[in-house]
Amino acid sequence: MALSASQLSVGDTHSEVLVEDLKRTQLVQYAGASGDYNPVHTDEKFVTEMAGYPTVFAHGMLTMGMTGALVTNYVGDARLTNYGVRFVNQVWPGDTLTGTAEVTDIREQDGTHLVDLLLTTVNQEGTPVLTGTATARIDP
Amino acid sequence: MAVERFAVEASHIMMFARAIGDPNPVYENESYAQGTEAGGIIAPPTFAQASAQFDPNYRLRPKIGEPWMGSGAEATGIAPKAPDEADDTPTGMGARGLHAEQHFEYHRHIRPGDILSTTVKPGETWEKQSKRAGTLKFSETVTEYRDQTGELVITARSIGVQTEKAVEN
Repeated sequence: MALSASQLSVGDTHSEVLVEDLKRTQLVQYAGASGDYNPVHTDEKFVTEMAGYPTVFAHGMLTMGMTGALVTNYVGDARLTNYGVRFVNQVWPGDTLTGTAEVTDIREQDGTHLVDLLLTTVNQEGTPVLTGTATARIDP
Repeated sequence: MAVERFAVEASHIMMFARAIGDPNPVYENESYAQGTEAGGIIAPPTFAQASAQFDPNYRLRPKIGEPWMGSGAEATGIAPKAPDEADDTPTGMGARGLHAEQHFEYHRHIRPGDILSTTVKPGETWEKQSKRAGTLKFSETVTEYRDQTGELVITARSIGVQTEKAVEN
C-alpha cells in the first residue's frame, strides 16, 4: 500500500474527487465531530442575517480533512510526517471538489526515504480552494 | 487555557472519519486495522483539531446556560465573544476570524487510548492588504500535543486571519 521510492518520479500525480455536491448535512457532521460549532457553517439565519454571507460555508478544516484522505489514499496509512495547507477560497454547499497530489521531491533523510507532495484542491469551476504540502515516509 | 485531557476514543475517530467522508476501514474496523501496517485503528490526519471538544473555554461551542451567538427564534444580536487573554482556540483566531492556514507535524499517529494534553504558544502577528477583504490581520498559534507519557505526538501550527469586512468571492 505504501509508495516506493524506486517506483516514483518527480512529477507523478494522484487525483481524486473528494466530494460531489457537498451537502449542508456534512457541515453539521463535521461541526459535531470536530467540536467547531461556529454558526457560519451550520446556521443559515445567522450567516445571512448577521455575518453577511450568501449561505453557510464549509469549515476550512473540513476541506483539509477531505484532502487528507486523498493524501493517505496515495501514500498509505500511518506514513505522514507533515501535512499543511492554506485555505484559499471558501467552499460552499453544492461544491464538487477535486484534489491532486504531485510529487515534488523524493529524498532520503537519516536513512528514511521521504516523498514531498504539492497539494491542490479545486472546486467545480477549477478555482483552487486549498493549496498545501505533505511529506510521507515511503519504502525504498 | 490549553487542553488538559483529550481522551482519544475509537467512536470519536469513526464519527470524525464519516464527517470528512473518508471510508477507509482503518478508521473504524479494528480487526481490519490490526492487519495493516498501522497495526490498529489510527486517527485521520486532521483529528487533532477535535481537541476543541476538550477545551473548556472554546468559544465556538455553545455552553449550557450561557448566551450563544447562533440563531434561535431570531438571528440574535449577541456579538461573538472577543478573545480574552487566557483564551486559546485550536485555530488561534478571534471569533470573527477565518482560518488561513493549518499545519501538522506527526511525531507518531494518534490512536484510541491516547490521552493527550496540549501546550499552546502564541506565534507571530502581521498585517496585509487585500483587494477583496481590506486589511487582513494574521496571527499564528503553535499547539503541542503530548500523550500521557509526556511524549510529543503532534505539533500543530495554525494561522488565523481577521478580515476588515466579509470576504467577497
